[in-house]
Amino acid sequence: MLEYLKMDLWSPYVAGVGIGVLSILAFLLSDRPIGCSTAYARTSGMIERIFRGPKVSAKAYYRKFEPVVDWEVMLVIGIVIGSFFSASLSGSFRLETVPPLWADRFGPDPLLRVAAAFAGGVLMGMGARWAGGCTSGHGISGTLQLAASSWVAVIAFFVGGVATAMILFGAGG
Amino acid sequence: MEGMTEDTLKGLRSKRRAQLAVGLSIGIVFGFLLQKGGVTRYDVIVGQLLLADFTVFKVMASAVIAGMMGVHILRRLDLARLHPKPGSWGSSAVGGLIFGVGFALLGYCPGTAAGAVGQGSVDALLGGVGGILLGAGLFAAIYPRLEEKVLKKGDFGDATIPEILGVNPWMVVIPAALILIGLLFWIEGTGL
Repeated sequence: MLEYLKMDLWSPYVAGVGIGVLSILAFLLSDRPIGCSTAYARTSGMIERIFRGPKVSAKAYYRKFEPVVDWEVMLVIGIVIGSFFSASLSGSFRLETVPPLWADRFGPDPLLRVAAAFAGGVLMGMGARWAGGCTSGHGISGTLQLAASSWVAVIAFFVGGVATAMILFGAGG
Repeated sequence: MEGMTEDTLKGLRSKRRAQLAVGLSIGIVFGFLLQKGGVTRYDVIVGQLLLADFTVFKVMASAVIAGMMGVHILRRLDLARLHPKPGSWGSSAVGGLIFGVGFALLGYCPGTAAGAVGQGSVDALLGGVGGILLGAGLFAAIYPRLEEKVLKKGDFGDATIPEILGVNPWMVVIPAALILIGLLFWIEGTGL
């Protein structure tokens, strides 16, 4: 058992079925699907409120998604903890700013990597809220409910993602 | 017996602190599985977008197959309700494409970025978490202007595919599961 937990990687099918079981548990125990991007919207609202005061909560978007710590914010905090456990057990935890594939293409400059990641993050944060969900909320929880919105969204995620990645890395390269 | 299960579930679902604990617990196992599955790694995610490594698809498809069967069984037993998100072409498709561009630049998604932070990826913390928070905040600022003009264009509400087709959900669940399993076998067959 411990040997298994210490492994660097599991079969993607074991990890995937496990995530499927978690999404079933979320419906059963909490009457809700698993999602991540709303947590970022709420947290962003909480941070903005620190600087700009209670009027932030009156924004139309935050009346819909109140800036408070909820189930989903706890879920995202849990993801950081769970991943840290997994990486620590296998000894794969290490501070890394420039992933190897990025370094191969764009060089080892950490500032360039963080700037690109930040630009991507801003687009992703906007896009996720624009589409009403991310790879978890639409990509897994929504598609498994067979929601029309989620199938459209997940196809768009990957069309946009594949096209951009091919341009960045040179198609076929 | 059935009434008891329902009451217990109702009680659990209405307790705020217990729910925060459930969210945290599910998150911890979720993060563990994402990291073990390899999908908290930039190289694996971008490898998927370059169609060179199908780990992300394998994880997502097997999660969807298992979750889809389980949730529809629970629903049949009256132990779960569906919560499909509303959508429209202006929201789901346009927002999805913007997300996709960000996905390729960042190389993580909102959930796997959190997982990558847990394994020590500094780019996921500074660029990913920081950028996503700013992007979500910017969206909240422009939301009132987008709402009527863009987000409601081509509205299809919170319909599910079985509802649109007017068929029993199992008529879609079973073929969808078989197609995904077929795709997985095909991908394994090509050695990707």
